[in-house]
Amino acid sequence: MVKRIAVLDVDKCTGCQSCVFACTRRYGEAGVGKSAIFVRSLGGVERGFIVIVCRACKDPPCAKVCPTGALKPRRGGGVILNSEKCIGCGMCVEACPLGAIFWDEENNKPVVCTHCGYCVNYCPHEVLGLEEVSTG
Amino acid sequence: MISGDPLSRVLYIDLSRRKYWVEDRRDLFEKYLGGTGVAIELLKEECPKGADPLGPENPIIFAIGPLNGVFPLASKTVAMFKSPHTGNLGESHAGGRSAIAIRMAGYGAIVIKGASDIPVYLSIYNDKVYFRDASALWGIRSSHTVGRIIREREGEAGYRTIMRIGRAGEKLVTFANVVTETYRHFGRLGLGAVFGSKKLKAIVISGKRTLKVSNAKAYREIYDEIYKMAVKTPAMRKYHDLGTPANVVPLNNLGALPTKNLTQARFERYENISGEKLAERFLGRRLACAHCPVGCIHLAALREPYEKEPYFYKTTMISYDYEPIYSLGSMLGIGNPEGMLKLMDVVEIYGLDAMSTGVILAWTTEAYLKGYISEKETMGLKFRWGDCETYLKAVRLIVEQPNDFYGALAKGVEYASSIYGGREFALAYGGNEMPGYHTGPAAHAGFLTGSRHSHLDSAGYSLDEQAYVKKEELTPEKVADYLFKEEGWRQILTSLVICLFARGIYKPPTVVKALKVVGYELSEDELKKLGTEILRNKYEFKVREGFDLSKLRVPKRITEIPTPHGIIKEEFIRKVVERYANLLNLSNSS
Repeated sequence: MVKRIAVLDVDKCTGCQSCVFACTRRYGEAGVGKSAIFVRSLGGVERGFIVIVCRACKDPPCAKVCPTGALKPRRGGGVILNSEKCIGCGMCVEACPLGAIFWDEENNKPVVCTHCGYCVNYCPHEVLGLEEVSTG
Repeated sequence: MISGDPLSRVLYIDLSRRKYWVEDRRDLFEKYLGGTGVAIELLKEECPKGADPLGPENPIIFAIGPLNGVFPLASKTVAMFKSPHTGNLGESHAGGRSAIAIRMAGYGAIVIKGASDIPVYLSIYNDKVYFRDASALWGIRSSHTVGRIIREREGEAGYRTIMRIGRAGEKLVTFANVVTETYRHFGRLGLGAVFGSKKLKAIVISGKRTLKVSNAKAYREIYDEIYKMAVKTPAMRKYHDLGTPANVVPLNNLGALPTKNLTQARFERYENISGEKLAERFLGRRLACAHCPVGCIHLAALREPYEKEPYFYKTTMISYDYEPIYSLGSMLGIGNPEGMLKLMDVVEIYGLDAMSTGVILAWTTEAYLKGYISEKETMGLKFRWGDCETYLKAVRLIVEQPNDFYGALAKGVEYASSIYGGREFALAYGGNEMPGYHTGPAAHAGFLTGSRHSHLDSAGYSLDEQAYVKKEELTPEKVADYLFKEEGWRQILTSLVICLFARGIYKPPTVVKALKVVGYELSEDELKKLGTEILRNKYEFKVREGFDLSKLRVPKRITEIPTPHGIIKEEFIRKVVERYANLLNLSNSS
């Protein structure tokens, strides 16, 4: 079955951002420069947090605006990036209403969530989960 | 260190000339790692001997270390400056997002020099520094409001910290703090007043980047080892369940909870302000510092009705920890948790160090009750234990300083007692007000010998507690050796910069492995030696600025109230201090 990252209970998020660091660590690097997930406060930490991550749209707007066909819909939702085709125009970033397409400044290319689930392993409070999605 | 690691970049900002530049200080970061180790070197370089702590010549140094942004629980920033509170070494640590933001902006340290002629705040985005006019923010009553305005005005890019001062910093109260992310603080020793003296209202720092490691596979393995210890073993449970307020009940049961200016060491109403009770009645949210899965920050949700308007309520989120519960609760005889939380909130709004504020109010109460001061000095306030309303008014008066008496309180209990008397019950060590542990001689000796006169320097309370449980007798030698060894090792942790709550996870073998990932090949022995060297470097600065261990005042009060180890004798403490000085082995210290 194909899976997607799901935000199960954002009210339990403490803002530790372990998921954000996990995402860049997949590439064997530290920091947050290659992360496809972000956590920020809702205008002051006392109000809680929001988790920004690709929700695996079935008909992703980011793919629709890609002028080179570098972003292709993924089976089960979301997109797959072919970075060789990507010209770094940033249209996908503009198109995503969630702000879930991030930018890799070093390579000048978008960072998109592949729904691998690595970040989920580092959420100490089960805010994040990996959910099965239908591919029908 | 790894070649190309931006850690070695030091950002210098001159507020007088509104200029900034970057220097590569690989020399310092290779030798002293970062954090405390590097900050003390930068302070020695930048702070002239005998500098006025509130003059433009006093620099502000922020430093982080090689493990920030790489490993979990490496979440702290070290600030160094000359303290306006003690006139000596100022060192204060804060978490929030400060350390990660500095690391992600591409710096290992930030040095702020000079002073601005008009209020400014600084915005640091990766390589750019903007000097923003803060005239409209100066004088705003609440530090929360300042945070909100800056949050709205500045961009959202990357990781962001907003450090700011409240009214207390503007008014140069010598124990004013710097607040970051609303609830974390560079709390002790008056960094807020140094900001205020420079007309520096706030600093925003933001950035986003990746950092190289020596070996990706080893990195992930060691990361997982540390992460698992942090979330799955009992090592950190105390911090994430009840948080530090878990200490209230055991310390009270032990007879080590300073109460009513340490006229007693047990509080009859301790249960009301215990971690258990606060969690049950008020806990509204838990927060974490960036890159820390523990999440020890506990916010109380205080719901209050408006007296004259039915069906109007306000809910305030107030951060509580053990130290403010001690200083603004038991020390003032406050057993009413709502009142205590309101007092904590006001202290936060003005941007004061909660510990110093509480101890000062406690001294004031005793001095008033004993007739050292009268309503003439207090401007009509009648201080008595447990009276929250009076304390709320007094905090505002300390900040605004409408007469000489409140002006004296705004300089701390050491100063106020030198003018009005009551020195024997003025609870300060090296000029810094006492932390909340009357556990035995090691705690008090540690407050005296600790390079920043904090309970976190060498954790004497921990030795007291261990010895009490094991029914071991403490000798001055044993205490001094423990404090010296512990403070030496902690210099390594605060150079990396690891949160000291994670000291049980970052033991020497783990630190050696983690450092290898970021390109430092150091053995446990080499690290321990380096820790001692950093401690000596700090003490050299202290001595340079007139500090003398042999001249420290031991507050008489601590020798009058029994601890779990019985009555403390001043002679015992003096012997510890003497041996500590010998261990430090500084040429011109006694």
